Amino acid sequence: MSSVMANNKTTNKAANQMIKQKGFAIDLKTWGPFVALVVLALLGVLINPAFLGLDNLSNMLTRSAFIGIIAIGATFVITAGGLDLSVGAMAAFIAGVMIILMNSLVEQFGAGLTTVLFGVGASLLLGLCAGFINGMVTTKGKIEAFIVTLGTMGIYRSLVTYLADGGTLTLDWAVRDIYRPMYYGSFLGITIPVWVFLFVAIVGYILLNYTRFGRYCFAIGSNEKVAEYSAIHVDRIKTMTYMLQGVCVALATIIYVPRLGSASGATGVLWELEAIAAVIIGGTMLKGGHGRIWGTVVGAIMLTMIGNILNLTDAISNYLNGTVQGIIIIVAVYLQRASWRKAAP
Amino acid sequence: MLLSARKLCRSFGENQVLFDVDLDLQVGEVHALLGENGAGKSTLVKILAGYLRPTSGEVVVDGSQRHYRSSGEAEADGVVMIHQELALAEQLSVEENIFLGRELRRGVFLDRRAMRERSRTALLELETDVDPRARVKDLSTSDQQMVEIAKAITRDVRVLIMDEPTATLTENEVSVLFALIDRLRQRGVAILYISHKLREIEQIADRVTVLRDGHLVDSGSMTGRSKEELARLMVGREITEMYPPRTHLPSDAPVVLEARGMVVPGAVKQASFTLRQGEVLGFGGIVGAGRTALIEAVLGLRGKSAGQVLRNGQPVVLRHLRDAVHQRIAYLTEDRKGKGLVLNMDLRSNVTLLNLRAHCHPLIDRRREEQAFQQAIQRFDIRLRTAARTAAELSGGNQQKLLLAKVMSIAPEVVIINEPTRGIDVGTKHQIYHFIHELTEAGCSVILISSEMGELIGLSHRVAVMCAGVLTGVLEGEQINEHEIMQYASGIKGAEVDEQRHG
Repeated sequence: MSSVMANNKTTNKAANQMIKQKGFAIDLKTWGPFVALVVLALLGVLINPAFLGLDNLSNMLTRSAFIGIIAIGATFVITAGGLDLSVGAMAAFIAGVMIILMNSLVEQFGAGLTTVLFGVGASLLLGLCAGFINGMVTTKGKIEAFIVTLGTMGIYRSLVTYLADGGTLTLDWAVRDIYRPMYYGSFLGITIPVWVFLFVAIVGYILLNYTRFGRYCFAIGSNEKVAEYSAIHVDRIKTMTYMLQGVCVALATIIYVPRLGSASGATGVLWELEAIAAVIIGGTMLKGGHGRIWGTVVGAIMLTMIGNILNLTDAISNYLNGTVQGIIIIVAVYLQRASWRKAAP
Repeated sequence: MLLSARKLCRSFGENQVLFDVDLDLQVGEVHALLGENGAGKSTLVKILAGYLRPTSGEVVVDGSQRHYRSSGEAEADGVVMIHQELALAEQLSVEENIFLGRELRRGVFLDRRAMRERSRTALLELETDVDPRARVKDLSTSDQQMVEIAKAITRDVRVLIMDEPTATLTENEVSVLFALIDRLRQRGVAILYISHKLREIEQIADRVTVLRDGHLVDSGSMTGRSKEELARLMVGREITEMYPPRTHLPSDAPVVLEARGMVVPGAVKQASFTLRQGEVLGFGGIVGAGRTALIEAVLGLRGKSAGQVLRNGQPVVLRHLRDAVHQRIAYLTEDRKGKGLVLNMDLRSNVTLLNLRAHCHPLIDRRREEQAFQQAIQRFDIRLRTAARTAAELSGGNQQKLLLAKVMSIAPEVVIINEPTRGIDVGTKHQIYHFIHELTEAGCSVILISSEMGELIGLSHRVAVMCAGVLTGVLEGEQINEHEIMQYASGIKGAEVDEQRHG
């Protein structure tokens, strides 16, 4: 069947070899976030050698785990052309329900592992359901993700305030003792939250780059029509990205609850924006079609690192944390968008 | 001499696409620019219109050298280009588009009345009934084209560059366009006209320039040149037999696909057809007759309110294109950029997107993906002269081949091809026609939707014709000729068509 189409084989081969020579230039688009992270770390060391201390590094990575895990989920949503603003409120809501559930189970099962496992299970289930709702309303209702998740954000935020009756929900002290290692414990010298972060990042990387689901996310985010005409179940894949996001929020909440042992209407405020910022700093495009997990990981670490460095210096007030973060986000994206690449013909 | 280009060269990176090209445009001439996809035509006209700068060489207008830094500077000189892909703001009205960027004002306010009047005059000159207040989004593609042309003539255009202006126009609109071109020519406007349709060029061009692989092959008067000669110059080899012979169809060839009583709200009122093994079933009719809607409803891409689809005689329910893929039915869309290819994705991922399953176990095996891609390059003769990393960087013909490779990756038994040669050069067309022939020889069946009569007549065993959402008739044998098809396409012959739709 190939005789006619392949009548130009020789010129074709020679021409095709030209392509392989391309791509020698290390482009800032790929390595930009890593370079920025290294620069920031060097700055940290210069300001205060304590920055490189094991305790400090470990503490910083542990803190970045919440936003990092949520941001990995957000990478999928954004790559597929969506957006989830509800993650911070969702985390607070899940934390609230977890605490109420575990407190009430103490009577039945005692303050044991069973109670904690129920809490963890409920968290994952809630995250999955919340993501499913976001996904279904967005795809079946054909409403912009921004509006849907703005709505659910308000709903979850008010629900947790309602559950806490305007105050704070506090985890039973006995349960807290058992649950504590989830945040404070460590394995092989690395804290549990960092292990979870690493695990989620590796799974996310494989999922995004080596599975059909990931490839379909890219296709949908680039052009939904093309995806539809490529026999991809667009609505299903998009809903799955929101469910994945929900699970990531649940995982982050599971390691967050033992840290303070409480939840209130103020829990997780602005997490959604920090997560989106981490994703964008990492080189994922907000309009979809292009996503990078390692970039997101670096972005999340960078955001925490800025606060950390400000803590270690007196030169800039700690209150200016947001200012520095804001500048770094804008500069990072500017560097990625600037025309490093040659213009296409 | 109004405009001349001298020894223009242009490279993208290490890749040179134009080599010392000369071009002269005289006052009041229609100058055809010919060449295969990727020959450098688009690059050349983009340089003339100020969208690109040459690597070396010069552009001379009115005897003095110009270095345009933007298309705006070229337009100030009266050099205007109408793009192949229409560049209109969809949400704005026709008049707002026509004056976009150079609005007429009275003081600080817009002078809407003056803009409307001038838009109306320009549209009247084009003999089109487009309302200046209509929103561009609501117009048909051909009307949008008219708006583009109106936009150009309201500027004091002296050199009008048209890149494939008739690709999306109906026969009628083409003759209106040609009449307009004639009037512009009499006014002294020089028109640089890019088209793959040699018949059109024979009809309107005064002079012709042919490019091949970035080099100037020939330039001179049209008189005494035949279509065949031009085709040979473009391709660099003799094209014999544009259309391959039809595959012999045994009288007992089984029906592989059948649609009964299809109704698609707002598009198709009544249509049934059968497709037999090894057959090419053409679909004719004017743009908007419901051909694409019918086919997409069969495939599950659109909802239908009535109708049944049978595959090999068995009723099947196709709710999603994935179901059609399972039935080994492939669909090549007419909109390769909007629906066919993920333009910012790499080429390999585009080819494997439809059948990614085959490369997963369970993770994607990039090596096998790459192998499949290399095979596709060979089989479909995709020429990667421009070191393209994404589909957007390929020329139209190569994009079409890439799309063909993607669609064929499911090893289909029924291939539905929608407008396969729109905006494509003679050489690639020829390849696609022979590819269709190879498919039917191998036992596949093909549905061919086309607005090009020649294609339908040259390739089809039978031609189904639609008019205003109704399948008015299926022509066979001697009946397949231009006159007959037009009769059915306009509803003069065949099944009843709702009066008011075309009255």
